[in-house]
Amino acid sequence: MNTKNLIMEVKDFDFTYAGVDDPSLKQINLPIEKNKITAMIGPSGCGKSTLLRAMNRIHDLYPGNKYGGEINLYRENGEKENILNLKKENDLIRLRQDVGMIFQKPTPFPMSIYDNVAYGMKLAGVKNKSELEGRVEKALKDAAIWKETKDRLNSSALGLSGGQQQRLCIARAVALKPDVMLFDEPTSALDPISTGAIEELLAELKKDVSVVIVTHNMQQASRLSDYTAFMYLGDLIEYDTTDTIFMNPNVKLTEDYITGRFG
Amino acid sequence: MNRLLLNKIILVLSTLSAIIGIGFLFWILITLSYKGISALHLSTFTNDLVEGGIRNLLVGQFTMALMASAIAVPIGMFAGIWLREYSNNSKLASVIRNLSDIMMSAPSIVIGVFVFALFVAPFGSYNGFAGIIALTIMMIPIIISTTDNMLSLVPKELREAGIALGGSKHKIIMQIVVKAAKVGITTGVLLSFARIIGETAPLLFTSANNQFFTMDLTGQFPSLTVSIYNLATYPDEASRELAWAASFVLTAIVLLINLTGRYMTRNKK
Repeated sequence: MNTKNLIMEVKDFDFTYAGVDDPSLKQINLPIEKNKITAMIGPSGCGKSTLLRAMNRIHDLYPGNKYGGEINLYRENGEKENILNLKKENDLIRLRQDVGMIFQKPTPFPMSIYDNVAYGMKLAGVKNKSELEGRVEKALKDAAIWKETKDRLNSSALGLSGGQQQRLCIARAVALKPDVMLFDEPTSALDPISTGAIEELLAELKKDVSVVIVTHNMQQASRLSDYTAFMYLGDLIEYDTTDTIFMNPNVKLTEDYITGRFG
Repeated sequence: MNRLLLNKIILVLSTLSAIIGIGFLFWILITLSYKGISALHLSTFTNDLVEGGIRNLLVGQFTMALMASAIAVPIGMFAGIWLREYSNNSKLASVIRNLSDIMMSAPSIVIGVFVFALFVAPFGSYNGFAGIIALTIMMIPIIISTTDNMLSLVPKELREAGIALGGSKHKIIMQIVVKAAKVGITTGVLLSFARIIGETAPLLFTSANNQFFTMDLTGQFPSLTVSIYNLATYPDEASRELAWAASFVLTAIVLLINLTGRYMTRNKK
């Protein structure tokens, strides 16, 4: 496969949760194209969130999980780095600055809107106040939430609505200028209008970052994504362009799932 | 019919029980206020025990409780943080958690005896430090359990979000998780302070009591609660009146701290 346009590549990847004998993910191979949206679909428990959470090594928060295979991150200069080889905390921190993550439930920190967005940058060592202010404003604009927040930057982020909180979390991640952003069912806790706003935002974001999104909503995957991966019981069943997966899938199982025959 | 009757009986029983329970509380409060306020004078607050006042007792009690808090709060908080954030729910953690819970219900007189044997008997005199140590021992498990419980209410997604943003574990814990649990932990600290400020048994034979104003923790140290215990048994009217006044002041202090704690929890956001 041509790896020129890839930002990440999952290769023969296995994952086993702590205290479990059988791997939850088996021999996964999945390319992540640069500046595209890749959707992962599949019934609950198929391992799509597990795979997503391996891509920024957030699994490492809990001890005893085992990785196998490779997940390569392609750098600007064409160098590739297997993120599963990272061991030191500092390297993992650097990885997470390059690979951001948005969760199902909005996770604003108990601090002001401004501080929420500035927090990641402060962690990354940005100290200059005017640079911080500029980047906070840009991030909030990029996440399409500047208008609603510009007059209340110093009030608590917990006072925002769920949809606004989720966009704030996206702003927070965007502020770090990541290469990849991972979305773990980002709209399943939101109402349709907020969902629409986030979807628009994602389509906008892919100019600057590559997006991987886990979703239970098949319409969302078909509307939004360029590529789709269908997973089932820890296996990656099929990966192709979204059009192919939804119009003309190669595997019977994929078709059954998409047409709602199971799942 | 049977069903409705049963409903009525339960209703009457539970109402009665509630009235009895609350009745005792009000009885105590009303008696205390009545006897306490009538025995209270301005001089009660300006004189020391030797002159029939409680000034030195209040200062002594607060000194010991505050110094105990200064030791117990950081130890208890860090222990709670370790239990919830670092121990990964290991065997050791559950042993410590259980031991701490048992300590919380340990009779306070036992703690007093323990401290007496270790910090009073060898030195040959009651001393303020021993009182502080006893109160600290009482307070630590309460703070551990509050911190542990309050941290457990912080959703794990918040920790993950912090880590995903490039934070190191200790920064996320100290700057985000503890902050998110701040109101709960502060309330817990206040309530445990209210608990130890009213303790008598741990002080009875550790710091004992002192009639005079002193800040010397190496000797007997003035205590409001121990004084109440002593004064109430004296035969003269003046002592017993002072005991009422002191009890009233103590109750008011404890009530005030408790209400502050509750108010904070209610208004948290």
